[in-house]
Amino acid sequence: MTFHKKKEIIESLEKGGIAAKKAENTQELLSQVGEKDGILEKLARMCRQNKLAAISALVILLIILASVFAPVIAPYGEAEQDVINRLQAPSLIHPFGTDELGRDVFSRILYGSRVSLVIGILPSVLALVIGIILGLLAGYLGGKTDVIIMRIADIMLSIPSLLLAMVIMYTLGSSTINLFLALSMINWASVARVVRSQTLSLKESEYVEAARSIGVSKWKIMMRHILPNCIPSLIVLFTLEVPSSILSESSLSFLGIGVQPPAASWGLMVNQAKQFLFTQPWLCLAPCISIMVVVLAFNFLGDGLRDVLDPYMKNG
Amino acid sequence: MKWSRSCLQERYKDANMKQIVKRILGTIPVLIGVILLIFIMLRVVPGDAVTTLLGEHVNQETIDRLTKSMNLDKPMMEQFFTYLGGLLRGDMGQSYKYNRSVTSMILEAFPYTVQLAVMAAVFAWVMGMILGVIAAIRQNHLLDHLFMGLALFGVSMPIFMTSLLLQYFLAFKWRVLPLTSDGSIASMILPAIALGWNSAGSVARITRSSLLEAMQADYIDTAKAKGLMGGKVIVFHALKNSMLPVITMMALQLSSMLSGAVITESIFAIPGIGRLATSAISNRDMPVLQGTVIFTTVIVIAGNLLADVLYSVLDPRIRKGA
Amino acid sequence: MMGEEQNVLEIKDLKSYFFTEKGVAKAVDGVNITIPKGKIIGLVGESGCGKSMTARSIMGLLKYPGKIAGGHILFEGKDLVGLSERELRKICGNDISMIFQEPMTSLNPVLKVGHQVRETLLVHDHTIGKDEARKKVIEMFQKVGIPEAEKRYDSYPHELSGGLRQRVMIAMAMICKPHLLIADEPTTALDVTIEAQILRLMKQLRDETGTSVLIITHNLGVVAEICDYVYVMYAGKIVEQAPTCELFDHTAHPYTQGLMASIPRIGRNPERLHTIPGVVPNLLHLPQGCTFCTRCEFAEEQCRQEKPKLCQVGEEHWSACFRNEDGFCLSEG
Repeated sequence: MTFHKKKEIIESLEKGGIAAKKAENTQELLSQVGEKDGILEKLARMCRQNKLAAISALVILLIILASVFAPVIAPYGEAEQDVINRLQAPSLIHPFGTDELGRDVFSRILYGSRVSLVIGILPSVLALVIGIILGLLAGYLGGKTDVIIMRIADIMLSIPSLLLAMVIMYTLGSSTINLFLALSMINWASVARVVRSQTLSLKESEYVEAARSIGVSKWKIMMRHILPNCIPSLIVLFTLEVPSSILSESSLSFLGIGVQPPAASWGLMVNQAKQFLFTQPWLCLAPCISIMVVVLAFNFLGDGLRDVLDPYMKNG
Repeated sequence: MKWSRSCLQERYKDANMKQIVKRILGTIPVLIGVILLIFIMLRVVPGDAVTTLLGEHVNQETIDRLTKSMNLDKPMMEQFFTYLGGLLRGDMGQSYKYNRSVTSMILEAFPYTVQLAVMAAVFAWVMGMILGVIAAIRQNHLLDHLFMGLALFGVSMPIFMTSLLLQYFLAFKWRVLPLTSDGSIASMILPAIALGWNSAGSVARITRSSLLEAMQADYIDTAKAKGLMGGKVIVFHALKNSMLPVITMMALQLSSMLSGAVITESIFAIPGIGRLATSAISNRDMPVLQGTVIFTTVIVIAGNLLADVLYSVLDPRIRKGA
Repeated sequence: MMGEEQNVLEIKDLKSYFFTEKGVAKAVDGVNITIPKGKIIGLVGESGCGKSMTARSIMGLLKYPGKIAGGHILFEGKDLVGLSERELRKICGNDISMIFQEPMTSLNPVLKVGHQVRETLLVHDHTIGKDEARKKVIEMFQKVGIPEAEKRYDSYPHELSGGLRQRVMIAMAMICKPHLLIADEPTTALDVTIEAQILRLMKQLRDETGTSVLIITHNLGVVAEICDYVYVMYAGKIVEQAPTCELFDHTAHPYTQGLMASIPRIGRNPERLHTIPGVVPNLLHLPQGCTFCTRCEFAEEQCRQEKPKLCQVGEEHWSACFRNEDGFCLSEG
């Protein structure tokens, strides 16, 4: 899981909000050189400098397109069986071979990408929204609100994520929708923590105090002054949430408690293919590599974004 | 390390005991919260536990009797406190499926998971630190890019992929190591590598970055100005200072290790805690699932606590509230 | 150009650039500095003017993406530029040593100060035993005025005061009896009373050992206190150089005049403290002509177009300003 990586980054994001920047000779000099850029300019700079991140962005875009247009691109249907031609090795007709029911693996990978991407992106968005709201409230209001929200977040974060997902899936039953809910419920806590710590440090800043002194309402301060400053960290966090959701989905489906057949999901495909590991290894390999490519692309992109968006975490 | 002993003792004295005690006490509400959360989550389950237990063709009377004997007719809060009281006495209830004490099932499975996690951790830490230090020394050179690329691959590979690849090549193709676990150390090597693979990647990354950060410190310039060569500067001056985040990181990885163990144990057929949890789901054996999740979480919380305490003991400069 | 004394260090047309993604920042651009034996030389300027980079270039401590782009650093006739890391490290700490601005962060927090000082000895003298080295370190501690030297040997940096830490740094720098000591803002982080003590100590060590000293500072008070000769640096270039008294009595360059006027002095009109308007220009977008023209009250059209040369305005006194171009001028390097 990208779980450990995420943890390390969340921590540095939290620290970054508070840590005073140390002006060393070199840095002083370099900061003279580097003028302030907007986010878009930074993204452009990242694409220019960090070829890997740019390629990753392109790969992600291609995969999204492929999943949207899966019915057009896929040579066969998602559940189109051809039992006579079952378990075939990769060939021109079946680029990734066929599975135990004679279904075309390539087509199933394309359809499976829909599940993986939706499960990767949507719960992350939902988690982001919940996390932002709760984090802002906790950080800005402080007091009891803060204690309660952060205690709940602490509780969520201390349960190993896969086990928490398993508990939720046990209760709700295995299905794609429930998987979606489970993953959204897990991921908000880390977002809330990052947003809260940044809010805490921004709350003390002069411009927020100035805004407060002229009577700007709490909501306006949070939305206008604090949230925009969290955006770089949130973008980075989002690029980390997505692959970790994808990995959680595939892990759960692999264990048989996520997406249920006949729907195609990469994790489920590995689950079904693992009995043929020693005779038809390509059946396992294709979905595995698909997962890895997507996760890797998001990680590279996340690293690239982190370098340009967050000065505290260079070399992360 | 001579440094660690003398420094530890000295710092332990001025490490703020009060803070540590406060931190330990602070975990108690979290712990109770975790238990409550899991307890409630598992009880809003649509299917009735008793029906699962008895099958479908039983008369109502039997169902009622069992519901009563399992305390399922009481209000949820009362059930919770009964369970909590049981937990304190080390009683996690009875398994629906096997009609055995959950505690004894967990204690039976635990040694396997511990062995797996310890071996995985050793693999991850040794590999990760070596790769991280080398990458930091050769910063922006070929080896650095190679190792960091490798580390990113490491964190991006799903555990089941690593496991299946190891099984296919090392166990099936080359027949170096056993395919599944038979309890021997040799049979645990593959699962341990599979489980440690991700962590190795992140240990490598954090070792590199904290070492590079330490290399930015002023005292490194002093050491160079003294005439120390690059390698010696790293070993004598930077490494010790950069180990703190790495140590914390390692403790924090306990959580992901135990998560990952669920998958590794299922693939390599290791009768550990993770296996217990997955089979509890397919058997709809709620007390076992509840017990394993709570047990694992307690261990994770204890691990994080240990990391925090360790950190404040090791570094007196970080003695602020948790 | 400084008579026939033997020179310990000659920096010739040194160029240290930072190659950033936005362009090349010329932190040190064609600097010439000569350090004669046994003298204390000052290098003065605002922060960011390149004085620290000059020192770091000598020690090979430029941080990425900084690089020496040209010029020579002759130490006792040997060019340090282009020397391998190994050869350079043999000289550093032994023949040339350096002390840094921040004595708190410049000492490794997890090692005993005694060991840190001893390390310098052990690195450069492979024959010396550890006990003997310890004895020498304690002697050195006494020499630099550390009380209870024996006990302090086993202290950690955070147990010492700022002044004591800087004394440890000096002990570390002086223990191999270097021929040149570079002190980068040695007293900036210290109290004024401690500053005077440290400066006196450095002067005393110079008198005893004949070590040349290059002091880098933004504080003209420090310069007046102990320097024999001063270089004034601005935006990567030397703009004025003179013997200390000459500099204070006959300040030639407008920048130096500005610096002088910014010193608060008792007895002078205390109504307003003079400041030089503006800040050091962005090193990526330096003015085409004189680097100081954007802040100079005397700036004319010529200043904006052409770069001034170093011209002689007095005995051993040179200034890079068109207003001083009557004397003999060096050709632009």
